[in-house]
Amino acid sequence: MSTLTVHDHVVSHHEEDHGHHKATFLNTYVFSMDHKMIAKQFLITGIAMAFIAMMLSILFRIQLAYPDKAFPLMETLLGRFAPGGRLDSNFYLALVTIHGTIMVFFVLTAGLSGTFANLLIPLQLGVRDMASPFMNMLSYWFFFIACGIMLSSFFIQKGPASGGWTIYPPLSALPKAMPGSGLGMTLWLISMIFFIASQLMAGINYVSTILNMRTKGMDLWKMPLSVWALFLTAVLGVLSFPVLVAGVVLLVFDRSFGTSFYLSEIVLNSSQVQPFEGGSPILFQHLFWFLGHPEVYIVIMPAMGISSEVMSVNSRKPIFGYHAMVYSLIGITVLSFIVWGHHMFVTGMNPFLGGVFMITTLIIAVPSAVKTFNWLATLWRGNIRFTSAMLFAIGMVSFFISGGLTGIFLGNAALDINLHDTYFVVAHFHLVMGSAAIFGMLAGVYHWFPKMFGRMMNERLGYLHFWLTFIGAYLVFFPMHFMGLDGVPRRYYAFTEFESMKQWLSVNTFITWAAIMSALAQLAFLFNFVHSIFWGKKAPQNPWNANTLEWTTPVEHIHGNWPGEIPTVYRWPYDYSKPGAEHDFIPQTTPLSETMSSNLPHDFEDNPIGLEEHSKWTSTQKSNEEVK
Amino acid sequence: MMAQIQKEDRYNLAPKKFNMWIFIFTSFMFFAALTSGFIVYVGGSKAHGINIKLPDAFMYSTGVILLSSITMFLASNAAKALDRGKQQFYLMATIFLGVAFFIIQLSAWSYMIKNGVYFSNPNASQSFIYVFTGMHLLHIFAGLLLLANTLWRSTRSIEQVKNLYSVQMSSIFWHFVDIIWIYLYVFLLLNQ
Ligand code: HEM
Ligand SMILES: [Cu+2]
Repeated sequence: MSTLTVHDHVVSHHEEDHGHHKATFLNTYVFSMDHKMIAKQFLITGIAMAFIAMMLSILFRIQLAYPDKAFPLMETLLGRFAPGGRLDSNFYLALVTIHGTIMVFFVLTAGLSGTFANLLIPLQLGVRDMASPFMNMLSYWFFFIACGIMLSSFFIQKGPASGGWTIYPPLSALPKAMPGSGLGMTLWLISMIFFIASQLMAGINYVSTILNMRTKGMDLWKMPLSVWALFLTAVLGVLSFPVLVAGVVLLVFDRSFGTSFYLSEIVLNSSQVQPFEGGSPILFQHLFWFLGHPEVYIVIMPAMGISSEVMSVNSRKPIFGYHAMVYSLIGITVLSFIVWGHHMFVTGMNPFLGGVFMITTLIIAVPSAVKTFNWLATLWRGNIRFTSAMLFAIGMVSFFISGGLTGIFLGNAALDINLHDTYFVVAHFHLVMGSAAIFGMLAGVYHWFPKMFGRMMNERLGYLHFWLTFIGAYLVFFPMHFMGLDGVPRRYYAFTEFESMKQWLSVNTFITWAAIMSALAQLAFLFNFVHSIFWGKKAPQNPWNANTLEWTTPVEHIHGNWPGEIPTVYRWPYDYSKPGAEHDFIPQTTPLSETMSSNLPHDFEDNPIGLEEHSKWTSTQKSNEEVK
Repeated sequence: MMAQIQKEDRYNLAPKKFNMWIFIFTSFMFFAALTSGFIVYVGGSKAHGINIKLPDAFMYSTGVILLSSITMFLASNAAKALDRGKQQFYLMATIFLGVAFFIIQLSAWSYMIKNGVYFSNPNASQSFIYVFTGMHLLHIFAGLLLLANTLWRSTRSIEQVKNLYSVQMSSIFWHFVDIIWIYLYVFLLLNQ
């Protein structure tokens, strides 16, 4: 393989050359620096966390459906958190908090980006591994530690943090404010610091790899949309997570060092006057949402990229408006930094400022709509193959539309004053973020499973999983809109305590049963996933007839991805069903000279020599025709 | 062939240097967030504000850190000129100045404490001074570790590519913490 010596830093190296690294169990499966293994580690950890967080949600859904019933089993399972078989009200808040934290950060940020950025960036760009494989490994292990610490808070006396996933002070700043504000909150903060460190290391690596290490011919405008989305996601993370660190640092000082950044004039238990003065809890909200809003796009953008890719492959059509797709992702990235105030309309902000945030918020709906229309146009008259991945990608679009529409309501300050902190918001973000991003992630899992594990998943179980989850998610979240319009607030323990909300009990019961059904549907996925890893049908090299580079690597994983030279890229990734072509797909590695019959003048934009060849070829074709 | 791929990995230095640049962006966002937080806090009430004269020590520390940037610059020039001895001398000078900076900042804290400006303070604008300098000192500390590592490696006979790489990494970072301090100091002066 002498071709590999193209890299010319042939310098003598003494000490650090230990020759071959022997593959041991520890460095292959545990402390692996191979991006493909790290991707699998992120995926499996993410799925485990998702199941845990889902179980938490079922527990609090049971409480909402049967606030007055005792379930002895509950006490057996949860002990002091469910005395007499009824969920403790403080524990209810802890459940909601940890469910949100795990789902938003651990599953849809680390699990989603971590899996697909690690898998796809090197494989789709023709790179042997990340810029810094070591940092990449650290990033996974920091994430793992963060998971461990977060879950460990269930085993302490007073239970986990319970101030909501947004951890607003004063509940998060005064250790005595409620049971979850004590050690549970401390663990939450420690876990989050590990998590952010993990995300920063990962994000830095992704950005650097994408900008510096692409293979020959892979200019930015030949990158698949999945990589574009992961790239912009990483940029968002790198710019916004440090702001959360700043907010958390000040919070830690307030908690433990007696400062008053966020605290002011507080009396606990109606008698203990706290010594804090002059702080501003709103300051925390600014710092939190400056991260928090970009964070929701960190969650959805990889799902968008994955869906674009899956939908193009399975519609056998080029993605509609590739450039528009990229520019709208860029637009979302930029705009997402200037809309955070829409989470704070009711904090007493200056109405003029509220107006400014309202306008920026409504503007961000424009690139979102551009993407939606492009997806629909990609499907339009395509040769659609309904694989499981395709179904989930279409589901993602469906949820993004139905959840995005309600965002426009919420973005209007005047409407949001009514809707803020009601179930309407819960419905909005569970559709647009929760369901859409999970569906994007599942689309990715079904689509790239053969790449990750060398085997195929079962399609029938995939359909079952899709339909039950799709219907289930709508049954769970759609009714919540009406509850919100009626003013039912979020994060309440028992609505039966309020005369005006009693009537919603039947709806809550219905939602709970729908949630249980959707949760059971996930078992179909879990079984399919685990079973296919070991006993699935062996995958061919390019099971979906896709164009992108990852399908040119051998099915068996090797370190460095390609056994020989890294392939060169000659065309964009979306040459599906190109008129005049032999097959309905032309891989990125096929030079234009091999596809004379399908080339278009447009393919030679910055390539005058190629264009000349092309016109020569077409004119000879024409004259041949005339001769006939 | 495997060994070949591993060699490529190990010498992928340009992307690793790029990693440092991105890290600097993240750090910059962190300080930008803290200073924006300060602005929001001060905007909240007329009584908020620094309301004291900043310790003179900050002026001296600014001088010291500027000087250390110059020695850092000389160290990387020496590294480029393949002059290990000179490189080590200037690295040591930079470390010395860095430690001096650290100590002067601490003395500024003790001066503030003596004058009744505590960290735990109902006027958090004053606590912010501690947060700015403290978080910056954390970066200084990291920078010192990086410099020490570079110095240590240069005393062992490592190849020039790696030596230069390690000098450049610490130099990028060190100039950055220098600039951040100047940013913070000017910010504090403007809000005095
Ligand atoms: C079409 C564009 C969108 C608009 C105009 C919009 C608008 C809003 C507004 C105004 C709120 C605040 C509601 C309140 O608390 O009173 C909100 C909440 C939320 N949005 Fe959106 N949104 C949009 C898209 C998205 C997307 C794409 C995601 C995530 C992928 C998302 C995730 C969230 C989350 C998680 C919350 C709730 C946070 C919380 O309070 O816990 N939104 N949205
Ligand atoms: Cu938002």
